[in-house]
Amino acid sequence: MRTTQKNSPHAALAAQGPLPLEGAAFCLGAARRPKMPPLMWLVTATVTVFMLAPMLLSVLAGLVQNYGQGMASGLTTRWLAEVWAGYGNTVLMSLLLACACVAMTLVLGVPCAYALARSRSPWARHFEELLTLPVAIPGLASALALLLAYGSVAAFRQSFAFILVGHVVFTLPFMVRMVGSALRRQELVALEEAARSLGASFTQRFLGVLVPAVLPAIVAACLMVFTLSMGEFNLTWMLHTPLTRTLPVGLADSYASMRIEVGSAYTLIFLIVILPVMWLLQALGHFIEKHYGK
Amino acid sequence: MESNSVAIDIRQCAKTYADGTRGLQATDLRVEPGEVLALLGPSGCGKTTLLRIIAGLETPDAGSRIAFGDTDVTRVPIEKRQVGMMFQHYALFPQMSVQANIAYGLRIRGVSEQEQRRVVGELVDLVRLNGLEHKRPAELSGGQRQRVALARAVASRPRVLLLDEPLTALDAKLKETLRDELAQLLRQLRITAVHVTHDQQEAMAIADRMAVMQAGRILQVGDGESLYRRPAHPFVATFLGRVNQVERSEDDARSNRLALAGMELACPAECTGAARLLLRPEDIEVCAAGTPGAVPASVARRVFLGDRLQLTLELAGHTPLMADVARDHAAQSGDRVALRIAPHQWMPNHAHA
Amino acid sequence: MSQADCIVGIPSQAPGDWRARALLLACSAPAVAFFAAFWLLPAGLLLALPAREGWRTYFATLTDALYLQSLLQTLALSLAVTLATLLIGAVMGIALARHRFTGRGLLLSLLTLPLSFPGVIIGFFIILLGGRQGTLADLSVALGGERITFAYGLLGLFLGYLYFSLPRAIASYTAAAEALDPHLEEAARSLGGNGWRVARDVWWPQLLPTTLACGAIVFATSVGAFGTAFTLSSKFEVLPITIYNEFTNYANFALAASLSISLGLITWLVLWLSRRWAGPAATGV
Repeated sequence: MRTTQKNSPHAALAAQGPLPLEGAAFCLGAARRPKMPPLMWLVTATVTVFMLAPMLLSVLAGLVQNYGQGMASGLTTRWLAEVWAGYGNTVLMSLLLACACVAMTLVLGVPCAYALARSRSPWARHFEELLTLPVAIPGLASALALLLAYGSVAAFRQSFAFILVGHVVFTLPFMVRMVGSALRRQELVALEEAARSLGASFTQRFLGVLVPAVLPAIVAACLMVFTLSMGEFNLTWMLHTPLTRTLPVGLADSYASMRIEVGSAYTLIFLIVILPVMWLLQALGHFIEKHYGK
Repeated sequence: MESNSVAIDIRQCAKTYADGTRGLQATDLRVEPGEVLALLGPSGCGKTTLLRIIAGLETPDAGSRIAFGDTDVTRVPIEKRQVGMMFQHYALFPQMSVQANIAYGLRIRGVSEQEQRRVVGELVDLVRLNGLEHKRPAELSGGQRQRVALARAVASRPRVLLLDEPLTALDAKLKETLRDELAQLLRQLRITAVHVTHDQQEAMAIADRMAVMQAGRILQVGDGESLYRRPAHPFVATFLGRVNQVERSEDDARSNRLALAGMELACPAECTGAARLLLRPEDIEVCAAGTPGAVPASVARRVFLGDRLQLTLELAGHTPLMADVARDHAAQSGDRVALRIAPHQWMPNHAHA
Repeated sequence: MSQADCIVGIPSQAPGDWRARALLLACSAPAVAFFAAFWLLPAGLLLALPAREGWRTYFATLTDALYLQSLLQTLALSLAVTLATLLIGAVMGIALARHRFTGRGLLLSLLTLPLSFPGVIIGFFIILLGGRQGTLADLSVALGGERITFAYGLLGLFLGYLYFSLPRAIASYTAAAEALDPHLEEAARSLGGNGWRVARDVWWPQLLPTTLACGAIVFATSVGAFGTAFTLSSKFEVLPITIYNEFTNYANFALAASLSISLGLITWLVLWLSRRWAGPAATGV
């Protein structure tokens, strides 16, 4: 409802001359943008403060010399340096893990999304339901299940592959759902039929026509998977070993055993990594909505 | 462009869907080489199903047979069938330019770059898209996209061209202009084409022959004029243009007598046994009241439609009739008039619908 | 019958079209194999594990008083959080959707940022706000009273859960409120309806699907949340913490499995129900 006064239909109506009383009242009422009721304003303000203050606090706490003294003690980067020295490898591992997760979900998920989008068999529906189970049930349960099944395979259990597997199981449904819903759109069905009518084989039309057409959805899904993997804790905490720690695991560790300043600096590092990705994701979401509708 | 066109032979093609619905009853149809045939009917009549079966996008039930010329293509998938297809919303590849879209089929076939450029150039001239070769589909207007879709479909010289409601996506004014353009292009290409539409004017303008379909079966095939003048089925009569329905009693039907507002009217021998008769609005002659031998009536409503006048006529003892008269006809709303109908204009409705 | 004309799908399922079906199977095979190996199989083992210690282990959540309390506490907390979140989220969503101001886009993206945070960070935030060195503590001391800390009790847990639930609700309701049909509202107002009537008769029915879907996700997430409670080490024990303790501290695998199954069943059921009533958007995937 972004009608400016110039273009609004109400302006046009008004230009026609005096209106009957009720009509005028209605037009005025609809044209005037209602001001936010005070209660709404209060709630919005309170919630905003509640949500944003801790983030701000945490950022500041990681940059001051001494949390107890607050800003008076001056700013420093020593906590950041300390975190990097002690936990730097977790940041790297999390990033690598997230990228590997994205790669695996792409390879596994995109063809699967295609199969589920095109299949008319009831098995496809059932499998899609099953696939979303790891999201529906708590990560703790999935982690326990994995430990039960493969905990005894030492080499696997103690490698990052174990955590990667957990992440992929958790994020695969997102890739499949997001790409699948894009592939189900009527235009894409028609595109594929057009390519087939021109003689394209499966690989030709999959790589040459379909993937480029759903690229925004694929990229959005990749960003989503990346974000989920970076922030995953419930599964990872159960699956990790002291040698295979991710960023969230390190965070939990530092909150428990280290100073507030260190914990805050570590949180700051997490924010620095995750913020750009989240914003990209949101921007892409808007782009997709604008160009392709819901 | 040389034509590669063949005849299409459809024998006993039927389609039953997984949930049991009959999309198409067992149908026979023959499309002559180089002919444009329209499949015309309301939504749900099976016309799109039939088109998709010809294309190879749907598999017909067992016992069906489709042949292109002498080749049986019933079991051939669409990729190998060499058909050109134009989709309702064009389905242009969004990330490719006009040129790349048109050349796609050629590229798949491994045609040389030089040959590709030659064919694309020829087609761009034919459909008059010069200067737009490097644009993306999103930058084109509806009419331009339609032309790209057509060029793409015919670039690899298909044996058969299939058009799925190509003009439905356009607004009314544009539709008319593009309809004529499309008709002309199809004539120039001299390719066997099957064209699905629910718009009878589109069918009449573009196609050589039409097949009117309803509820999964073809009711009548023929050129526009024969279907209009001699409909074999009341649905065909009502679908192509408008008709008035006149009821008469069983006795009258048997003895082939017709009485309107107390006046006896003659009707042709083929109407014997039909309890309902059909009459086109333009076949009613509206003359001055009191004309001998004419049925008395009064004008209930008069609508000026630009090129003609539409009169709603009330008669004693009958539902109102619609009549189309010339633009300059003197009749006004409320006037008393009289109707004259030439006997051969009556069409029988033998169906019990 | 009009459906028949509109059915467009690529491979039709006629008996001879094995080629098309083989293609789809090949496309989905890697994902199916991976999922079967790393989730279906393990889940099966998990489901079977409690049986090792007797059939009654499956009902441990209901029979053992300790676990029952943990379960009920979890459910009560989640319910409270859900209701609060829905209410606040609705108000915020409508406020943000209908009132444009500079920085609105930035505010929205900042408010939905916590969706990406692991629960531990949120626990940390609560400690920052209400822990022994927290803002409230410093504030209360500065105002002359005694040091107030809320982070380690029920309030801290509640606020923490609220913190990670609100972004989802705000995002959902903002999107839903933006999609509210203005014509319905104009019609109601032209017929004389005032603010409250409009809210009740026009907004509420349109927002109901969102409410159900969002409520289900928030509830399920709260029930299964682990990281926040873990960081806060609250005295108010929730079921995920119980499971964790059983597994890690007492090596009571069968019991941990049984409790996990109960937990999983609850969250799955809630999401399934909401999907039935509110549509496929409810899984949040």
